[in-house]
Parts: sequence; structure tokens; C-alpha cells
Amino acid sequence: MIPAPFAYARPTTVDEALQAVAEGGDDVKILAGGQSLIPVMRLRLAAPETVVDLSRVAELRGVRDDGDAIVIGAMTTHADVLRDPLVQQYAPLIAEATETVADRQVRARGTFGGALAHADPAGDLPAVALALDAEFVLAGLDGRRTVPAGEFFVDYLTTALGEGELLVEIRVPKLAGEWGMRYEKFNRVAQAWSIVAVAAVVRRENGHIAEARIGLTNMGTTPLRAGAVEAALAGAEASPEAVAAAARSAAEGTSPSSDLNAQADYREHLAQVLTRRAVAAAAGL
Amino acid sequence: MTRINVRVDGVTYDDDVEPRTLLVHYLREQLGKVGTVVGCDTSNCGACTVHLDGAAVKSCTVLAVQADDGEVTTIEGLAQDGSLHPMQKAFHEMHGLQCGFCTPGMIMASVDLLRENPDPSETEVREGIEGNLCRCTGYQNIVRAVQQAAGEMRGGARAPSGDGHVSPAEVDTAAAPHVAGAQS
Ligand SMILES: Cc1cc2nc3c(=O)[nH]c(=O)nc-3n(C[C@H](O)[C@H](O)[C@H](O)COP(=O)(O)OP(=O)(O)OC[C@H]3O[C@@H](n4cnc5c(N)ncnc54)[C@H](O)[C@@H]3O)c2cc1C
Ligand code: FES
Ligand code: FES
Repeated sequence: MIPAPFAYARPTTVDEALQAVAEGGDDVKILAGGQSLIPVMRLRLAAPETVVDLSRVAELRGVRDDGDAIVIGAMTTHADVLRDPLVQQYAPLIAEATETVADRQVRARGTFGGALAHADPAGDLPAVALALDAEFVLAGLDGRRTVPAGEFFVDYLTTALGEGELLVEIRVPKLAGEWGMRYEKFNRVAQAWSIVAVAAVVRRENGHIAEARIGLTNMGTTPLRAGAVEAALAGAEASPEAVAAAARSAAEGTSPSSDLNAQADYREHLAQVLTRRAVAAAAGL
Repeated sequence: MTRINVRVDGVTYDDDVEPRTLLVHYLREQLGKVGTVVGCDTSNCGACTVHLDGAAVKSCTVLAVQADDGEVTTIEGLAQDGSLHPMQKAFHEMHGLQCGFCTPGMIMASVDLLRENPDPSETEVREGIEGNLCRCTGYQNIVRAVQQAAGEMRGGARAPSGDGHVSPAEVDTAAAPHVAGAQS
């Protein structure tokens, strides 16, 4: 199938893009890598009046060092994120999760910002952004604002992006101290979305876990932090037993769905197992 | 209609397209490049894979207008001066196809994989072509074909090429028992 007709705009700057979105009519869609939007338009689940294509907005591409954070442009492709030395050095968790996204063709076009703005509960990058305490920079005609990851994901496929706003970049704080990270994803076949996945970021100090941040993929309508596990791990001994005990509360406060891939109780079980594995690996156990 | 200027398999085209035209439909219907096929409606199968500005993409999930000022290579542009690309030859020799529907996409994805990793292990080949589905072969001979081509492209034609080289005699013909002479 082919998409319904639409008007097409191809701005080259963020300002032009915001203008094009403002002038595009009632139903405007922003096109990033198109790897979620084009399939949806082909199935006619979306039929926007105007499509604003960001692929020529050069200022939205690339990763830069900004002192205490690395800043990833929204239009940086998954493939470019994977190859980026700053990501490798300061946020290898992002590279590890990105490698599990889709396949090489989709990664060649799909973007970091597109995957976050799309906010699919099974998407791999939202939980990673949450575990890394990333901040989202949004631009509107009235200027820019910064939203913490914890407030960006609002509901199923819904984010804090307001009408006419663009996600322009994502700030990922550099971590100080001895941190380890791990993304554990469970899916059945190649190229498939997560049934459940867990992103763990752990700081060790003197044989103990000083701090753990755990993001859960596909355990609710938005990515979630496993707060009970984080609390149980703070100050705990860095041992397999302590990690296993803490991981048992990974499904607390979650509300996973039942679908053709898995029932909710199976997802709860997976969250516990994957949390144990991810935290143990991140803690170097 | 939007005007696009695009180079496809070494030839430059200036064309009017509707913004909603998918790259694969432009290639097939406007340029007659029917070597690139469509196998699904969900961006999963990879049959439509071409190279856009040097990287493999699913041409059913790119708008033709997005290829404006770009360079596209399809399966039809892979052979040079009438001789098959080493990957095409290896798919032939290793029996990496049965019905052949997935083959254009498999070959384009595999060439892209070798550009990044000239000496992939079996696992790396399987992961590298995870975006391409084959309903016939069971993948065994496809993986062998990619490794065979890798050996050939690394070492030049026919050079002994270590673990990359697989002789046709080792091809798993159980996957294709209907092929005449398969057991010989
Ligand atoms: C076969 C296949 C398998 C996949 N498997 C996975 C997987 O395993 N894990 C995974 O995480 N993802 C997977 N994906 C999705 C992939 O990661 C997409 O790249 C991603 O979800 C969307 O990114 P995009 O750049 O293509 O965005 P698009 O499709 O262009 O846009 C997606 C949505 O976000 C909005 N948007 C995009 N950019 C912005 C912006 N800067 N500001 C405001 N709004 C914006 C768009 O309007 C649209 O609504 C898969 C996709 C396919 C086709
Ligand atoms: S036709 Fe199936 S991925 Fe393009
Ligand atoms: S040979 Fe038939 S689909 Fe691959």
C-alpha cells in the first residue's frame, strides 16, 4: 500500500521547520527517519495533511561534548550513534541498546530522536534514556525548554511534546565515578521488538552498590524506573545474592500488557530475571 | 508533484514524483528497475533493499523525494561490465536461493555488511542480514554464500581464503533436494 496524499516540506533549519509545522494545517506530522511513520502511513493508520521532513536539517545531526554532558542531536541515526566515540565513552548503554534495535537497514535511517519521540512502550531507547537521567530539549516558536526523561514519557505513544514542538536534542549527563551499564533484552526472533528489556546503570564503591538506576522496557504504557529495586540496592553488598534478592521486586508498580507475545504475568517474571542479569553484569559480578 | 534529481545505477534522472511515492515504486514503476521487489507491507522482509548514498535501506520505507540529490544502487547496478558481482556469483555457486524472491534484498544487504565487516563470522552474517527474510532456503546456504563472497573479495579471485572459503561440495543440499544434480 502507499500513503494517502500529503503536502511535503523539507526545511533546512530548526526555525524553518517550526514555521513549516505551524503553517502545515490541522494534521502535521514530523518525519525523522520514517522507520515508524512511513509504515504507519502505508497502512493508512495515519494520513497527515502535511509532512515536514527533518532529514535536511543538518544542525540536528551528530553528537557533541558539552562539558558535563554529551548532547545527541535528534536526527542522529541509530547507525551514527553506534559509531560515535563520545557515546562509546560516556554512554555505552545507548550503543548496546541501539545495536538491538531492528536491523541494519532500519538503523541506517531510524533516528535517536525519532525513537524517543515515537515513545513506543516496546522501543528500546526510552528506558535507556530514563536510566541515564537524560534531558530532552524541545523547541517551539516561543523558544526552547528542557524536560527531564521522567516527565517526557506521558502515556502510550504520548510525550511531553506540545502542539508544534520539535525534539531537537537529548542531553546525557556524563557519569562521575565507577559506573557499569548493561541492557538485557528478551525477544524471540531476529529484528523483533522487546517483549521485556531492562537497562541497568550501577555505581560501585568499596565492594558495595552505591547507586543503581534501572529502566524497564515494555512493562507499562511508558518506560518505567524499577524504584523498589533501586531502593533495595542502594548501599547493598555487591554480591549475586543481594542482587537476586533485590531483583525480585522488579515488577512492583508496573502494569504490563498481555498480547500475542506474552501474558502480563510472564512479563513480570521476565522483568525479575532480566533485572537480576542486567544489574549483575553492570556491577561487574 | 515534486521535482527530484537522482542517480540510479550510474544514470542520472530528473523526474516529477508525488511526495507520497515510495522509493521502491519510483524505481520499479517510473524507472522500470523491477529487479527490486516488494515483499511486505510492514518494513520487515527486506526484499526491497537498495543502497542509498552508500548504505543499505528498505526502499519501501523511504520516500522517493528523500532520495533527491542522492545516489541509489539497485541489484541491477551491481554487475560491472557484464560480469557478476562476487556476491551474486557466490549466491549462484553456493545455491543461496530457491524461489529467488528474497535474493535481490539479501545480496544488497550482504554487500553492505561486508563494507563494514569484510570478514564476518557465521553469527555476524546471520545478525548482519537479520533484516531480510527468506521463506525457502532456511538461510544455511545464504550464510555460506556471504562468507564465500567475503573470502573472494578479501583475497582476490580464487585465493585460498581461510575460514571464509566454502567449497561448493560442502553445500548443504538437503535444503534443496529437488535440484537436479544436487547430490553430485
Ligand atoms: C522492522 C522494524 C523493526 C524495528 N524494531 C525496533 C526495535 O527492536 N526496537 C526499537 O526501539 N525500535 C524498533 N523499530 C523502530 C525504529 O527504532 C524507528 O527508527 C523509531 O521508532 C522511529 O525513529 P524514526 O527516526 O524512524 O522516526 P519516524 O518514523 O520518522 O517518526 C516517529 C514518530 O516520532 C515523531 N518525531 C520524530 N522525530 C521527531 C522530532 N525531532 N520532534 C518531534 N517529533 C518527532 C514523528 O512525527 C512520528 O510520529 C523498528 C522499526 C522497524 C521498521
Ligand atoms: S518490502 Fe518488505 S521491507 Fe520493504
Ligand atoms: S529463496 Fe525464496 S524467499 Fe528466499
